[in-house]
Amino acid sequence: MRLAVFADIHANRQAFAACLEAARARGAERIVCLGDIVGYGADPEWAVETVIGLVQDGAIAVRGNHDNAIGSPSENMNAVAQAAIEWTRGRLSGPQRRFLAELPLTQQEDDRLYVHSEASNPARWRYVQNSSDAARSLEATGAHVTFCGHIHQPALYSMSAAAKMTSFVPSSDVPVQLLGGRRWLAVIGSVGQPRDGDPAAAFAMFDTATREVTYCRAPYDVETAAERIRANGLPRWLADRLSAGR
Amino acid sequence: MVKPSIEPGTELDGFTIGECVHRGGMATLWTVTHPGITVPLLMKIPRISEGEDPGAIVSFEMEQMIVPRLAGPHVPACFGSGAFERQPYVVIERIPGKTLYDRLGDLPLGYEEVRVIGGKIATALADLHRQNVIHHDIKPSSIMFRESGEAVLIDFGLSHHNQLPDLLQEEFRLPYGTAPYMAPERLLGVRDDPRSDLFSLGVLLYFFTTGERPFGESETLRGMRRRLWRDPHPPRKLKADYPLQLQEIVLRCLEIEPVWRHPTASQLAFELAHPEQVKLTARSERLKRDPLSTVWRRRFNRGLTTPKPKADVAAQLASGPIVAVAIDTEEGSGPLNECLRATAAQLLATLPSARLACINVLKLGRITIDRTLDEEGRNKHIGRLVALRHWASPLGLDESRLTVHVLEAVDPASAILEFTGVNHVDHIVIGARQNSLMRALLGSVSARVATEAACTVTVVRPPRSAVALVQDDQEGRKPKAIEA
Repeated sequence: MRLAVFADIHANRQAFAACLEAARARGAERIVCLGDIVGYGADPEWAVETVIGLVQDGAIAVRGNHDNAIGSPSENMNAVAQAAIEWTRGRLSGPQRRFLAELPLTQQEDDRLYVHSEASNPARWRYVQNSSDAARSLEATGAHVTFCGHIHQPALYSMSAAAKMTSFVPSSDVPVQLLGGRRWLAVIGSVGQPRDGDPAAAFAMFDTATREVTYCRAPYDVETAAERIRANGLPRWLADRLSAGR
Repeated sequence: MVKPSIEPGTELDGFTIGECVHRGGMATLWTVTHPGITVPLLMKIPRISEGEDPGAIVSFEMEQMIVPRLAGPHVPACFGSGAFERQPYVVIERIPGKTLYDRLGDLPLGYEEVRVIGGKIATALADLHRQNVIHHDIKPSSIMFRESGEAVLIDFGLSHHNQLPDLLQEEFRLPYGTAPYMAPERLLGVRDDPRSDLFSLGVLLYFFTTGERPFGESETLRGMRRRLWRDPHPPRKLKADYPLQLQEIVLRCLEIEPVWRHPTASQLAFELAHPEQVKLTARSERLKRDPLSTVWRRRFNRGLTTPKPKADVAAQLASGPIVAVAIDTEEGSGPLNECLRATAAQLLATLPSARLACINVLKLGRITIDRTLDEEGRNKHIGRLVALRHWASPLGLDESRLTVHVLEAVDPASAILEFTGVNHVDHIVIGARQNSLMRALLGSVSARVATEAACTVTVVRPPRSAVALVQDDQEGRKPKAIEA
């Protein structure tokens, strides 16, 4: 089965629509959404409504820290993110807010674990920035592959049977077989706010039969997404960073 | 989990095990057969039980990832692999014959034989590097030859694929590989520079021509680290008759800094194929190693030995292409040749590691027998070489980046296509002539080259005003070397 994995959509309608189309073109049979559906971007209602529809059709979704902050005003965030959350909260309907609040922090499917931040303590929203962060997450789960997002930069870590780590910045469109003899942490780039220097929306495909993960990029109409952020009075920096991919 | 025991007659995923042909430290090799496959096959099974070398597992994982992605005549074809959960294996094409290791008893070999062998290995490396893979264990026992002559590289357990996770990156405290052949930068943890393979090939060329290993056989880290500052004895010190060209090539491969080696394996293959055109530098005549002052500077100048940030193999290869320009040397080609030169200059300005091969086709009549002398008694061939150098001189290229070639052929397009194919040219620049009589009769050379070449082709046309000039000039002229 071919999975399409999306992380950090962040209410970017243009980016999410482009990724969904690209994933379908690649034969996606199931959608996995790794959280942070909202926050930063100007189309939270559409983003949440779209994910609700996908989940009704069998997609898997977990909760991110921005999704969590909609229902928990105490969530610790920087000023720009906080401003976007306040704005977003006012835009979402009750059922939409409830959908976000009720999303699980992790989901397990066969030998795969889906989580927004990392597996050792999903509610603490820690970033996976290096091999030792990845090792902590991998030690906390028996899953063969953990998929996560949160940091907005794609990466692929592995841990050998002898607990040796490898780290790797994946190349787009090159399938990597996640060998059975070791365990893997696949950090997926962001759909709605990439921060690895490439403004194109990021997602990944995973083939459960061949165990091949392919990191993908979908170019999208960045200017419209940025303009929507400005037009809605959200912090301008959130618009500017989209075209830089930073 | 019960692993099936491997013995003759066992069946595994449709492969029937035959005899064990090799038991190495890392893996065993078995002949296998499969109903649908006619090619002779080998199954490689890693040694992964308790107490075995932990490197065996990681090396095998790398082979499992890399080997199925490789293609072409310079690697064994892959026919299947099995995962660790059950029985790990890879099945590859069995290359007949022995590895180059078998020749160690015959060393030193003749210079010419080593040059030819080296050219084949460099060609194979170029093909591997183009597939984003650095071999990292080039040595005699990793090299075989097909019956058709091509070198085949085997054993990818230490290799690096620039687009896949490098499982060896953090696995071992010491660099993993074969000490006498290991490039100095490997000792600093650099695994993503394809020129490391050129160094190893340089060690092999040195060893095969002199019978001595340039850096000895020390396996200790301390002994290996000496190559970070100590250069080897020049081959001419060991053998007074060592050809200057070969010493130039070998010592360039063995440069401590990768940036001083040949930019790409293709360029090394090109030099080995055209030794007469190798630009000789001070390297070629050296009889002594570097003075101690240089060695000490290297040893204590940390800038020289600091690892560089991660490299993009494809980008590095792309910065050092072989560009061939097809030039017509006869009268009246002036405007077109100027345009060709301007195009070549633009390419070379953006690609500081590129090398330029200027080619000219000396067209033979289909029934001409005596062709060495033209009507004035001057050697036509030499005349053309001189004209090519003259054409190239305004480019101001360093001699090491320029070669000139006169191809004698009945059919210019075929000659250009053959030359560029054999020499792995990356980019052909060729002029197009409109409305010439020969083009009308024989078809366009540039069109055929553009259609059939395996690489990028730029077809250059003179500006409109110059076109009129060329056409005027063509009235009543003899057929030229290259018509397009």
